[in-house]
Amino acid sequence: MMMYRRHFIAAATSAATVLPALPAFALTEASAERLINSLVGDINGVIASGKGESAMFRDFERIFAKYSDTSYIAAYAMGVDGRSASNGQKRAFSKAFQGYISRKYGRRFREFIGGRLEVKGVRKVKNWFEVETTAFLRGESPFAVTFHVSDRSGRDLFFNMFIEGVNLLLTERTEIGALIDRNGGNIDAMISDLGKLG
Amino acid sequence: MGIWNNRINYVYRISNGDFALSLFYRARRAAILLLAVGSLAACATSDQRQAQPDGVFDPYEAQNRRIHAFNRGLDRAVVRPAAVGYSTVLPDEIEDSISHFAKNLGEPSVVVNSLLQGDARGAGISTVRFLTNSVLGIFGLFDVASDFQIPQHDTDFGETLYVWGVGEGAYVELPLLGPSTARNTTGKVVDLFTNPLSYMVDSPEQYYGTVAAAASGLSRRGRFSDTVDSILYESADSYAQARLIWLQNRRFELGDTGSAAEIDPFALDTEGF
Repeated sequence: MMMYRRHFIAAATSAATVLPALPAFALTEASAERLINSLVGDINGVIASGKGESAMFRDFERIFAKYSDTSYIAAYAMGVDGRSASNGQKRAFSKAFQGYISRKYGRRFREFIGGRLEVKGVRKVKNWFEVETTAFLRGESPFAVTFHVSDRSGRDLFFNMFIEGVNLLLTERTEIGALIDRNGGNIDAMISDLGKLG
Repeated sequence: MGIWNNRINYVYRISNGDFALSLFYRARRAAILLLAVGSLAACATSDQRQAQPDGVFDPYEAQNRRIHAFNRGLDRAVVRPAAVGYSTVLPDEIEDSISHFAKNLGEPSVVVNSLLQGDARGAGISTVRFLTNSVLGIFGLFDVASDFQIPQHDTDFGETLYVWGVGEGAYVELPLLGPSTARNTTGKVVDLFTNPLSYMVDSPEQYYGTVAAAASGLSRRGRFSDTVDSILYESADSYAQARLIWLQNRRFELGDTGSAAEIDPFALDTEGF
């Protein structure tokens, strides 16, 4: 009896000491939640910094690059047109797209001044995790912001975001598609337009 | 009522919308029932939404785009300047009070629709809100119910139709009222009749609510001006953006997100990006 208990305690302690040391390649509810908590902390930090607009956009671009699966989001936004793009065009597009997203959503985050995001819960959906948060903004009723997190790239990153059901990936694919159409299918012209938008 | 709800669903639609609603109320004794029957028939085609890869079923796109151009012109020339002016001139507290007043007058309609949906809890919440705000909130000018932690509850006949199993139908952009679907349009028409208050109050008092609703729409258009402007004037295709955002948000409100929300992160080639 004593034996078993000692074994059990030993096993439990070694598991506890070993587990945190493992690389975070297995995405879990806890790690998905940690990612979003850290993201929320960084966003709140930038908002609270009171920096000028362009400095804030640069910070948001860094946050976007750090926490989101940028290559996935860019590839999704480009859609089927991505198949005909050269590697140079893909790279240029990814870069322009990151700046565009930071400006566009960074401007939205300005409305977060004095507000906060709170993580409400995490659930597994197929091979990714859904992290639900609630945004509390001044003078507005709370609303839902949801992140989808995966470890597709080898790191835990978010690849989609929903604001009250409005999906970042679909919205940006529509926008990029329209931009390509407006430029008569010319991808280089679309990329140069993208640099001026957002 | 969240961010998009406030911004797209209301702002964009009501930017043009509530404003027009007053005209709409006046015309409601006209051949509105005919329209209701007509658009309800159009709802039957809703399953075709599933067949579209992006979840958008828009067979009347050419016509819708013409209406969108008209709405955008109207917003630029009339609604936006009026809204920005209204929002700038009036103190926020007064704007809020007017919006609360309008919302409170709509509460009986929410009760009726909740009952039609078999949602006793929702009907209860809205009844309590209506009584609390009408009495303690002085005819609804103050949202005392929220101060008492009574949750918000909102619904309409469009949702009732959804609960009853009616399909979404084709996407339509309505003149003045903005993005909608066949089912939602039918709901709007029927909702002209679902507010018990409108049968109890005589004119001209009847129009107080309408005027307040129009003002409340202007207030939202003014306050969330940046977001609405970014969709209407800064996107590459404002029609497609407004359509997608509105549809997603409306489905989210109804709890009808379906498979469009599930995008498998592993099913895409990101080589080179």
